[in-house]
Amino acid sequence: MTSPPREILTLLTFAVLVAVPCAAFTEPASRGQETAVQAAPLSDAELEARVREIASELRCPTCRALSVQDSPSGMAEEMRGLIREQLRAGKTPEEVRAYFLERYGEWILLKPKAEGFNWAVWLLPVVALAGGLVFVMLTARRWVQQGQARAAALTQKGPEEEI
Amino acid sequence: MSWKRILIPAAAIPIIALLAYGLTRDPNLVESPLPGRAAFDFVAPTLDGDTLSLSDLRGKVVVLNFWASWCIACIDEHANFTEAERRYADDDFRMLGVVYQDTPENARRWMQRMGGGWPSVIDASSRIAIDYGVYGVPETYFIDKNGRVAFKQIGPVSWMLLRQKVDSLLAQPTSTELKTGVSGAGALHSSGSQP
Repeated sequence: MTSPPREILTLLTFAVLVAVPCAAFTEPASRGQETAVQAAPLSDAELEARVREIASELRCPTCRALSVQDSPSGMAEEMRGLIREQLRAGKTPEEVRAYFLERYGEWILLKPKAEGFNWAVWLLPVVALAGGLVFVMLTARRWVQQGQARAAALTQKGPEEEI
Repeated sequence: MSWKRILIPAAAIPIIALLAYGLTRDPNLVESPLPGRAAFDFVAPTLDGDTLSLSDLRGKVVVLNFWASWCIACIDEHANFTEAERRYADDDFRMLGVVYQDTPENARRWMQRMGGGWPSVIDASSRIAIDYGVYGVPETYFIDKNGRVAFKQIGPVSWMLLRQKVDSLLAQPTSTELKTGVSGAGALHSSGSQP
């Protein structure tokens, strides 16, 4: 058995480091496009879909571990009603989010904004994943090398024993 | 291998330190963006059947308390509010309650049983609570004479805190007093920034 090529290891690490942050930031871009489309009046189904989308991003103040969308609490229900009311009044999803941010602070967002210290939340998993990947590859390579050395020692020992 | 002896603790120590720091913090104490900003105005019906607007209380120190009849911790702080109402009766001070996620009947009965002559408004669709970024009850906002939120208390208000905050806010001048040169003790207390 031969050890995995070093180039593959480097390529894999690079792919993980680049792909994960890119995937994380495609969402805000599409959100911006939605905002631009917002000007047209929404059908009931579209309105409910928009309410669900915004409510899923907000933390329920009473339940905390649940989103406003998933929480059965009275407060979450009122918040969903308020989101619906604001969207119906012509506010954009960004304006609705800003409304809650102004009152509750960033705590209300289930997904923290990618800025300042928050970057740690986004980058640490990527760094941990890449570190884990490197660790697994290095350990696997060491095991292979140890196995090869043991096999070589055994094949050397075999002819000696025969003599 | 020597790199392992350095790398593993180097990765583990910050994570353990972060988790340990997290354990020392109370998850209920969430910093509010409201202190320092103008208090959101509202017009709402009171338990007595009147209508009350927060802006009508401009020029007074307002202690805005969110409460409910089902809230056990609200019982603990209620006696402090009753005492404050008596102590600051001749000052520019007003207590104001906001009934949170409760029926007016239950709230009315609770106030009759517990005592206290200050008004409480009914927050039918929790819009006032949402405006003030309320997480649960009790929560109390100290509003200065200029209508700005000076401080937010999550959980019951102790007598010491109540006295300290109200005394400090009463000592502050209103913006009109400042303009006309009337001096007041102490600087404006706020932990946030002006919008």
